[in-house]
Amino acid sequence: MQFALLIYESPDAFASRKSDGPHPYTSAWRAYHKALVEAGVFVGGDPLELPETGTTIRIQQGKRGVQDGPYADTKEQLGGFTILELPSLDAALEWAARCPAAAYGAVEVRALAPELRRRIVG
Amino acid sequence: MSETSTEVTHRTIERVARESYGRLVAYLSVHTHDVAAAEDALSEALLKALTVWPRDGVPQNPGAWLLTTARRSLIDLFRHQRVVSDSEADLVLLTGNSEEVTLETKFPDERLKLLFVCAHPAIDPNLHTPLMLQTVLGLDAARIAGAFLISPKTMGQRLVRAKAKIRDGGIKFEIPELRDLPQRLDAVLEAIYAAFGLGWDDMAGVDEGGRGLAEEAIWLARVLLQLMSGEAEVQGLLALMLYCEARRAARRDRDGRYVPLSEQDPKLWSMPLIDEAESHLAEAAKGGQPGRFQLEAAIQSVHAERGRSGRIEWSAIVHFYEQLNVISPTIGRRTGYAAALAEARGAEHGLAVLDAIDQDAVAAYQPYWAVRAHLLERLGKGSESLFAYDRAIGLAEDPAVREFLLQKRG
Repeated sequence: MQFALLIYESPDAFASRKSDGPHPYTSAWRAYHKALVEAGVFVGGDPLELPETGTTIRIQQGKRGVQDGPYADTKEQLGGFTILELPSLDAALEWAARCPAAAYGAVEVRALAPELRRRIVG
Repeated sequence: MSETSTEVTHRTIERVARESYGRLVAYLSVHTHDVAAAEDALSEALLKALTVWPRDGVPQNPGAWLLTTARRSLIDLFRHQRVVSDSEADLVLLTGNSEEVTLETKFPDERLKLLFVCAHPAIDPNLHTPLMLQTVLGLDAARIAGAFLISPKTMGQRLVRAKAKIRDGGIKFEIPELRDLPQRLDAVLEAIYAAFGLGWDDMAGVDEGGRGLAEEAIWLARVLLQLMSGEAEVQGLLALMLYCEARRAARRDRDGRYVPLSEQDPKLWSMPLIDEAESHLAEAAKGGQPGRFQLEAAIQSVHAERGRSGRIEWSAIVHFYEQLNVISPTIGRRTGYAAALAEARGAEHGLAVLDAIDQDAVAAYQPYWAVRAHLLERLGKGSESLFAYDRAIGLAEDPAVREFLLQKRG
């Protein structure tokens, strides 16, 4: 089964990206990524640019709406995602707990929806 | 004034619930095998106590009051259902000795049977501990789910299914026969230990599941010892947990940073808990049959000895690990053995033990990589050590441990 770890980060975690030299949070991520790859569970994933660089589009009653910034105005923001191949949700939760973002924000675990994918992709 | 007395009553109810929860659930389900119904009836009785006791005063024997009240609603429930023919027999069993229980101040303690039911071989081993925590201690599913890193909804469903299996699967509420006893008792002990979730604080790793329930686990072990006094492995388990619990305050420095066991200040260890652990271990040793938990406790007693002697007798720890590995060489024990051997005879001996462990088995086992990184570093194997440090850091869940390893890695 494949699971997505949706990485929600606090402002502090986002700020770590701007630090000069290696930041412990980034080092922790590098180690976490290595552990995922070496355990053979990593499928893919990437960090995202800062939330304020996002642009959100809506078409409502035929009219285009464009909003600067992320979709939801919350303290913790989506900062990246990781896709893992694992036998169960229990295993996915274990890996989520080890994710550095779990201690500096939150990690949401969601199974991918292969059935819907088949209906869409055909 | 009246508010204060209400608060006092509420506290009394809480205390009575905590102390008698498992006894009442065990007693109410021992004949019906319906643990869930017993729990429902008991929570109804507790709700009733919240309105009746502040008004009429706390009864002289609160436990018996709860039992009588819970049993009444349980009988109502069975009358109401009346679908299963067996419930007729259950009713008789439930009502049969009601007179005697209401009058008696004590009712038989059936918790031992309940513990054996929770750790029955027909129940998924992953649910042994959650079942015990819920039925004997009254912990709610959400709290248990948090400790075991499972979604609360899933944990709730699994517990419901396990209880249905206990009710419908013919699992007997009994003390196992002598020939089955060691194995069945072992499952009970394992389940209690799993709630404790020993921190691998001697090797900069943290054993994952079950953390935060240490007090509950010690409580369960005390209950078990009370019910099976003189059982050496029960005393061994209690000693093991008390040794570890004694070090709680020493595991972090003032800034919340992780402190490895060998660098902990023994003055911060709780001497009363260590003394209690020693006496249990000494008592257990009289039987002359060192089992798994006695050996693990013995390893912790060597660490505790540093408080008096100022040094760690690593060769003694190696000896105990060797005996443990004869019983069953788990990954955790082999890793612990490697760490001890490295201290006693040199890092290369420890590394050889680690090298012999199947790599697939340790792909997600954090303590292995922490020990490996440390030993490779001592042997001057820089790049291999950095790789192992990364694995250990990447697998760490506790931010304090992660921080500690990041600093050591440099």
